[in-house]
Amino acid sequence: MAERKLNRKQMPREMSILLILLGICLLFEILGWFIVGQSFLFNPRRLFLMILQVAVIGTIAIGVTQIIITGGIDLSTGSVVALVAVVSASFAQASNATRPFFADMPQLPFIVPVLIGLGVGGLCGFINGFLVAKTGIPPFIATLGMMVSARGFAQLYTEGKPVSMLNDSYTFWGAGVMPVVIYLAMAVIAHILLTQTKYGKYVYAIGGNETAAVVSGINVAKYKILIYTYAGILAGLAGIVLSARVNSGQASMGVMFELDAIASAVIGGTSLTGGIGRIPGTIIGSLVLGVVKSGFIFLGVNAYVQEIIKGIIIIGAVVLDVMRNKKQRQ
Amino acid sequence: MEYILEMTGIRKEFPGVLALDNVDLKIRPGTVHALMGENGAGKSTLMKVLMGIYNSDAGSIKLRNREVEIPNTYSALKLGISMIHQELSPVLYMSVSENVWLGREPQTPIGFIDHKKMHSDTASLMADLNMKINPDEKMIALSVAQRQMVEIAKAISYDSDLIIMDEPTSAITEKEVEHLFKIINNLKTKNVSVIYITHKMDEVFFISDEVSVLRDGRYIGTDYTANLDKNKLINMMVGRELNQIFNKEKAEIGDVIMSVENLSCGKHFSGVSFDLRKGEILGIAGLMGAGRSEVIETIFGVREKTSGKIEINGKTAEISHPMDAVKNKMALLTEDRKLSGLYLMLTVRENMEIASITSYINNLFINHRRVTQDCLDQVEKLAIKTPSLNQVINNLSGGNQQKVLISRWLMTYPDILLLDEPTRGIDVGAKAEIHKLMTNLAKQGKAVIMISSELPEILGMSDRIIVMHEGRLAGELSREEADQEKILMLASGETLEKRGESNG
Repeated sequence: MAERKLNRKQMPREMSILLILLGICLLFEILGWFIVGQSFLFNPRRLFLMILQVAVIGTIAIGVTQIIITGGIDLSTGSVVALVAVVSASFAQASNATRPFFADMPQLPFIVPVLIGLGVGGLCGFINGFLVAKTGIPPFIATLGMMVSARGFAQLYTEGKPVSMLNDSYTFWGAGVMPVVIYLAMAVIAHILLTQTKYGKYVYAIGGNETAAVVSGINVAKYKILIYTYAGILAGLAGIVLSARVNSGQASMGVMFELDAIASAVIGGTSLTGGIGRIPGTIIGSLVLGVVKSGFIFLGVNAYVQEIIKGIIIIGAVVLDVMRNKKQRQ
Repeated sequence: MEYILEMTGIRKEFPGVLALDNVDLKIRPGTVHALMGENGAGKSTLMKVLMGIYNSDAGSIKLRNREVEIPNTYSALKLGISMIHQELSPVLYMSVSENVWLGREPQTPIGFIDHKKMHSDTASLMADLNMKINPDEKMIALSVAQRQMVEIAKAISYDSDLIIMDEPTSAITEKEVEHLFKIINNLKTKNVSVIYITHKMDEVFFISDEVSVLRDGRYIGTDYTANLDKNKLINMMVGRELNQIFNKEKAEIGDVIMSVENLSCGKHFSGVSFDLRKGEILGIAGLMGAGRSEVIETIFGVREKTSGKIEINGKTAEISHPMDAVKNKMALLTEDRKLSGLYLMLTVRENMEIASITSYINNLFINHRRVTQDCLDQVEKLAIKTPSLNQVINNLSGGNQQKVLISRWLMTYPDILLLDEPTRGIDVGAKAEIHKLMTNLAKQGKAVIMISSELPEILGMSDRIIVMHEGRLAGELSREEADQEKILMLASGETLEKRGESNG
């Protein structure tokens, strides 16, 4: 009964975003019939493409949501995607690749590049977390530095050239529905961690009132490092999935992904002041961005106009969040 | 075991301040031990050392006759010490039960949180303590008093044998205080010791077995409560004689320049009325949280008043923003120089000119020569020690920074100066100079309101003193009748008549 009561109170937060998502879908459906003369929603191919795009950003957003709940921010995820994509790809090339990254390297089992990729992602996250927790510099600055450096590393590593022709056991992880399966699995795990474990309670406690967490005997620094590392691993996973899907790792991948991930979380009701946010909300937030993008392409809207409207949606979501917070304080 | 806790020779230094100097504290098992002292005496600091929030620079802590190290809060809790913190520290968006068990959530065998157990444990804790608070309610939905009760329940739920209560009654009503005292008496029967910090004399004599007193970061003494009375206790707390000489000369007191009628601001204070006269220095005394700063911030328009009236020179003044206050020739020196006064990275000149710069504009442009001239005048008049106007203010001493802030306001030619802790954290010499400056301003016919937590300063500088207690005016004393005891009595909610009886 206790659970139900809590849920009833929290539901409206996500319900309202879900309704907005459905409204946007409906709008595109109607516009579709009027302008293009076909259905927006009842087109399995389009929906599948959209879900595939959402999956990569969505995986990143799962980690970013947790960081934002602690009152932090992670600007580095897009660059980490690129760095992991090129590093993993370099260990995953097929033996007959025309431009092998490591000459004479035998074809490795997929687990090697995957673990290396997750390790690189985790290391980036660890450095972010260490800087935030131990030096006390603002997360914005720590992760901004990582954003610039990781991208630079990726470019240095590849000398700006793509790392392509990856082996089949690696590309399997980006083929077909795999990205979506991985995304959902990560979402379920994170949701359970956040709602059912100590880890989750501490994420909310640190963001809700860091002093309270400290005086309750929680090792805040340790948990912050853990959370940023976890987010780094998820960004790394997104990099692996992306490189596997397009059969190539490139230093230019993932540009602006960090902003889409942050936007997903914020649209989904995660408060930038910390303490509030849920994974289901972030999933819906990612879907909103995905549907809007897909819908604009469907309607043939100018790509620049798309960006403008995306910006307006993000600002609208934050304004909504601020108004909600004000009401709650009163 | 004679003592459960023995702290000896505790020393804690913050940059520029010796907060604790060789402090001892010994607590007997199963007793309530009151820890007393003025604001800034070091009570909270000592308790934070005990809780591992601060690490002491020297000294030892013995718990149950064993020497212990307490590097962080986690180890303090492990050792069986818990604390009700003075500043409420709930996670507002979490439920009552999540807050109570934060940091030690019950888990199921597979590592998930046992929400059911958490709920039922909280429910039985609340039932034990006879509190009617729903464990599933979000903290943000509770009243401040209820939140405080949850904090109390949380501290007790650790099953510690030493509980620190830092002003536990600051946010709760009479009825809840009674309730808390029942809980404390119950704890005593279970051989739990309580360190009880409060400013309320009544509570000390009602609940405590022993009292220890700190003053200016030093240990003064310990005695059985039964051996003490209010006067003895206040003497221990105040102790020092008025040995400081103040640069105070009586100025000619003129007409009423400002009168405040029934001013209220939400829960901070209500029904505050007083007059301020030209040439007068009016001191506002009171304990931390009594609402002193809030009163002058409301007068200055930083806070919005909820009711009341301010008259300046006999005319009602509508002040809803600091800009209105400046127009009415007021100036506010804030309590925290660094937080709300100084632009630390800017120069002396930039810090000085900011409030009056618009008056130097003619034909669109700022007359820099005149600004420079006036700034140099101020530097000379106030004897500000700076190599030049272009020195970054962060490099000046605290006293000189404060003088720059005062010059900033003097350049607006104010009639009413509101000074909140004008000499906090500055050295003796600079203090004397600021006192002299205040005297000179009063002589020029300006009216000054000064808030100070240092009683000697209040007594030495004020022509008249009003004392606040919990958001209300507790009394008014003339310079002649005021002394430390009277002010402390009023500030802790006693009436002077009562004291007369106990004397008599």
